[in-house]
Amino acid sequence: MRFFGQGLSCIRGERIVFAGLGFALSPGEAAVLAGRNGSGKTSLLRLMAALTPAASGTLSWDDGPVADNPERHRRRLHYVGHLDAVKPVLSVRENLLAWVRLRGGGGDAADAGLARFGLSGLAGIPGRYLSAGQRRRLSLARLAATPAELWLLDEPTIALDRDSVAALMAALVSHRAGGGMAVIATNVALGLEDAATIDMTGYAAPAG
Amino acid sequence: MTALVLLIRRELQLALRQAGDSAVVVLFFVLAAILFPFGVGPEPNMLARMAPGVVWVTALLAAMLSFERLFAPDYEDGSLELLALGPAPLALVALAKAAAHWLTTGLPLLIAAPLIALLYGLPKEGYLPLVATMALGAPTVSLIGTVGAALTLGARRGGVLLSLLVLPLVIPVLIFGAAGIEAAIAGFPARPHLMLLGGLLLGALVIGPWASAAALRQALE
Repeated sequence: MRFFGQGLSCIRGERIVFAGLGFALSPGEAAVLAGRNGSGKTSLLRLMAALTPAASGTLSWDDGPVADNPERHRRRLHYVGHLDAVKPVLSVRENLLAWVRLRGGGGDAADAGLARFGLSGLAGIPGRYLSAGQRRRLSLARLAATPAELWLLDEPTIALDRDSVAALMAALVSHRAGGGMAVIATNVALGLEDAATIDMTGYAAPAG
Repeated sequence: MTALVLLIRRELQLALRQAGDSAVVVLFFVLAAILFPFGVGPEPNMLARMAPGVVWVTALLAAMLSFERLFAPDYEDGSLELLALGPAPLALVALAKAAAHWLTTGLPLLIAAPLIALLYGLPKEGYLPLVATMALGAPTVSLIGTVGAALTLGARRGGVLLSLLVLPLVIPVLIFGAAGIEAAIAGFPARPHLMLLGGLLLGALVIGPWASAAALRQALE
């Protein structure tokens, strides 16, 4: 076990979204979050990213709890949320490069990320001219540009065409082959047969 | 340190592409200052007497215009989440925002201020203290405004709320800023006022980024 959580619960605005949730990931493993809309998939991902604190429970790496060293935790993860964080006034490459630089990468890493998601030809286009799918690909290019052990992906395939989904799956395969882990919230079958499934409905608080 | 430089660089790159935002603030400053003689009459002695206060008050009001968009675009497009998840601590992100705000708004206001003073016929002993008090006061205003912008993030009518929150907090800067210039005109040393402004800046530098980080964390939850 490399990254695991125990007894996690989440409260959003007086409502218990889920309670008593546990998971464990070893290097190379992936987990798929399944469940209805509002069952807490996004909440769990944000909690795993330490963007929101858990109401109870602990989140740990094998070398110590997340709470003891949040900076190390952040360095180890990539988070792709609903929002693509694309600046309309920056070009595609500048958009990616800003994030890559903050993680210690350079121009080569950014170009590799763009190539992986078929954006090399759009490198000089300002972000405001991108379609929803292209913006999503730019957001996903961060994954390929700089390495991180843990990928947290929230509905990553939304707005993507078939080729881009294939590119994402290929990136996921090589990430896992290198010992990386991934947690993916999705409502579409991605063909990740070997991935564990965390069914959020099982952790929902009893009604009333 | 490199993270701070990279963060400021990102802000400056974005600000440069949207240079109109800074220009609007400076234009507001100039226009608001020009309105006073129309209201109070063009009597030269009175205008010269009013100059330090008018320059400082209008500069503060102009700065209020710029704080609302300090974090809002990053909050709305998801960039703030990524900044919060980046290797740099949030306090450093807030410090970078304040520094970039000072460079893109405080500095242009500082450059425009002597021109306004010229229009008002400020006595020549007042120019150096005017630049000095603004050089020390503007970064403090940027830091306090950053806290206000972080606190009102996601609130409805955040801009108005922000002004209500920040303006009372910058009153000390206004008092010592305007008084420093007036002291110099009256033949007294401006030094004590400058030192007090320096003290305020140091205090804001210590408290501001951490307060902003705490507020940003709340907004992201």
